[in-house]
Amino acid sequence: MMRERRRTLTVSFDGVEVDAYVGESVLQCARRHQVDIPSLCFLEGLSVYGGCRVCVIEVAEDLRLRPACATTVAADMEVSTDSPRLKAYRKAIVELLFAEGNHVCAVCVSNGNCELQDVAVHVGMDHVRYDQRSPMRAIDASHPKYLFDPNRCILCTRCVRVCDEIEGAHVWDVGSRGQQAVLTTDLNQPWGTSTSCTWCGKCVAVCPTGSLSYQGTAVGEMHHDPKMIVRLAAARRGEWIDPEEYR
Amino acid sequence: MATPIDLHEVAEREREARFRTPWRTKVCNSTACASAGSGAVLGAMRNLVDEEMALDVTVVPTGCMGLCSAGPMVRVLRRGGGEHAYGRVDSEVAVQVLRSHVEHDQPVADHELDDEMPFFARQERIVLANGGIIDPDRIESYVAHGGYSALEKALTTMTPAEVLEQIRLSRIRGRGGAGYPAANKWSLLAAADGDTKYVVANGDEGDPGAYMDRTIMEDDPHRLLEGLSLAAYATGAGHAYIYVRAEYPRAVERLDRAIRVARRNRLLGRRILDTDFDLTIEVRIGAGAFVCGEETALMASIEGRRGTPRLRPPYPTEHGLWGHPTMINNVETLANIPAIVGRGGEWFASIGTPDSTGTKVFALAGDIVNTGLIEVPMGTTLRDIVEEIGGGIAGGRPFKAAQTGGPSGGCIPAEYLDTPVDYDSLRELGSIMGSGGLIVMDDRQRMPDVAKFFMEFSMDESCGKCTPCRAGTVQMHHLLDKITSGTGSYRDVRDLENLCAVVRDTSLCGLGQSAPNPVLSTLHYFKSEYDELIGVDDA
Ligand SMILES: Cc1cc2nc3c(=O)[nH]c(=O)nc-3n(C[C@H](O)[C@H](O)[C@H](O)COP(=O)(O)O)c2cc1C
Repeated sequence: MMRERRRTLTVSFDGVEVDAYVGESVLQCARRHQVDIPSLCFLEGLSVYGGCRVCVIEVAEDLRLRPACATTVAADMEVSTDSPRLKAYRKAIVELLFAEGNHVCAVCVSNGNCELQDVAVHVGMDHVRYDQRSPMRAIDASHPKYLFDPNRCILCTRCVRVCDEIEGAHVWDVGSRGQQAVLTTDLNQPWGTSTSCTWCGKCVAVCPTGSLSYQGTAVGEMHHDPKMIVRLAAARRGEWIDPEEYR
Repeated sequence: MATPIDLHEVAEREREARFRTPWRTKVCNSTACASAGSGAVLGAMRNLVDEEMALDVTVVPTGCMGLCSAGPMVRVLRRGGGEHAYGRVDSEVAVQVLRSHVEHDQPVADHELDDEMPFFARQERIVLANGGIIDPDRIESYVAHGGYSALEKALTTMTPAEVLEQIRLSRIRGRGGAGYPAANKWSLLAAADGDTKYVVANGDEGDPGAYMDRTIMEDDPHRLLEGLSLAAYATGAGHAYIYVRAEYPRAVERLDRAIRVARRNRLLGRRILDTDFDLTIEVRIGAGAFVCGEETALMASIEGRRGTPRLRPPYPTEHGLWGHPTMINNVETLANIPAIVGRGGEWFASIGTPDSTGTKVFALAGDIVNTGLIEVPMGTTLRDIVEEIGGGIAGGRPFKAAQTGGPSGGCIPAEYLDTPVDYDSLRELGSIMGSGGLIVMDDRQRMPDVAKFFMEFSMDESCGKCTPCRAGTVQMHHLLDKITSGTGSYRDVRDLENLCAVVRDTSLCGLGQSAPNPVLSTLHYFKSEYDELIGVDDA
């Protein structure tokens, strides 16, 4: 394995020392050591976005929080991943996501196979403190194969990045701003009329919620496959990948 | 290649021209006075002078004279000394001024302003030194008042490192909000590798009610060009941008013209003033978003991408425009540079306080007698600004709070009126210097309403990239809406407080990180007003 030859240094997660590869992010390092830091917008193989803010961590006595996905490991870094403050903040952020969109698991194609749902369980969210905004955005069902429900979108931009960085088509982008921010295809035209879409389905594969799905899937039937991109990106870098790890 | 401008000759000629007529009237034609009708005043004066050859007077349009609440303002100057200021001048009064004051040496008492009043007398003008004095459209006018002499001095007698040393000695901190020491940033760019480096003037000025930077760009555009040129020289940059918000078409027009004229006079372009220094400056128009004032969003916007902030590090001085080292400075920061290089860093550091040197321009607004633009030494107390310079609260009502820093700042109550206005004192009070908006409020203002106003602004201006800012500001605004409309509860205030901490600590950029400030500071100083609105029994 190539990775074994990389230079290492020592960092600690919640007091436990582990080895880290020079140049890797705190999140990558934590994942290798089974330290569970929840995240949503991060996906191995795509550029780092740092938008969801779910993976925030504390470093030593520094009061400033940092996103683990965008923080590079440094020698003797003392990372705290689950202080009471972090737990409270993460939960609040996930609650904000649930209040902002229509995330009703019982009627969602991704129920049971949803990263947002998993993260909500992970942070112990049992109810939402904030008032539901209940957006009523039009669903784009114009594509023959896929469906886009903006009301379930958390604006992680994985689809934007995978389409641009891996497929090279750049069909997706973000339009408008603030609470109106929404994903668009081509120049805000219906997806089905897109001349740039290659129908490759990578956007659907990486979606962490039920926002992007295959036409005709019923409740709970939608299975995303973000690891496909992890494998693809690693293969393109010429890296050997462990089939077990990336199944 | 044209020959470069001879600064001394131009200045000499301009100074001589000043005494061609025994009288001169200056008409403030900056945006505030123009919207109050200074165009008609200028027209009326010019017409009369054209018709009557006997009137020996030159009429000059100038930039902002400061006291916007008394606009349009006019100044009458007499050869050999003597200057009178007039306020609320319309075309009739303008004719009266020429007839009575200029023709018969009888000032028009009704409209005369006292030049000794604290509003004028207590100011110390570095950045606004030319306000109300020069004609912004004439480079000669700027040169006659010492313009470009600092650039000439730097290019012909100083090394870039020596210029940087003066900035270090001045200890000037950035006027864009955070107060980061300018010399540190300049050193980073100077030390950065690469042949291509950029300097950017940030003129996005999005705070509601603020117009300091607009006034500098519109009324003294060459000062900004000179400041940028000095910054580029000191740091080794060969190209500069001025990012101006789209709502400032007049600033864009004036800057474009100033750049053209400077090029023609070999103050920009290749071999500036016949030295080895080359620099081009381009104006870029903003995309109508507050967040584009944030430096990484600003760079994305200049590159033609969607203006959203990105994670730092890497900082712009490592990885900026198109990947090249880039330095972003606020317009007012850069407008201070010619004076620092011209008169020396130590001179500048002697003004203000040890940790906040120099002066600061404020846009004074709200329930106050004198509203307008002021420039005062750092460390001037809030009381001096409100009661002396501002002339106190309109209608004699009691002072309640001063809001500084706009949507990123806080409200300071009456018991802190004696606080010196500097970066650190304001921060200690839970507010910030910000870019210089200063809104004074009397006892009729409800603080939760103020918090809601600013939260609505932040909510509308959030770019939507990170969750806490995008969704958190919406929820905070919703809670404030409930509270201010009288339907909120104890729980809503508690949720609001919790959300403030989440959004402040987890947002990606300064917009979200500081959006809770107006709420936090009003909750801190005016908690009873929230309690009243939710009904104390509710707890
Ligand atoms: C939301 C947001 C808006 C900002 N708007 C401005 C602005 O309009 N003008 C400005 O000079 N700086 C603005 N800033 C600060 C800039 O990011 C940057 O720090 C500043 O231009 C640096 O200049 P200085 O070092 O001279 O202060 C803003 C920052 C944030 C987070």
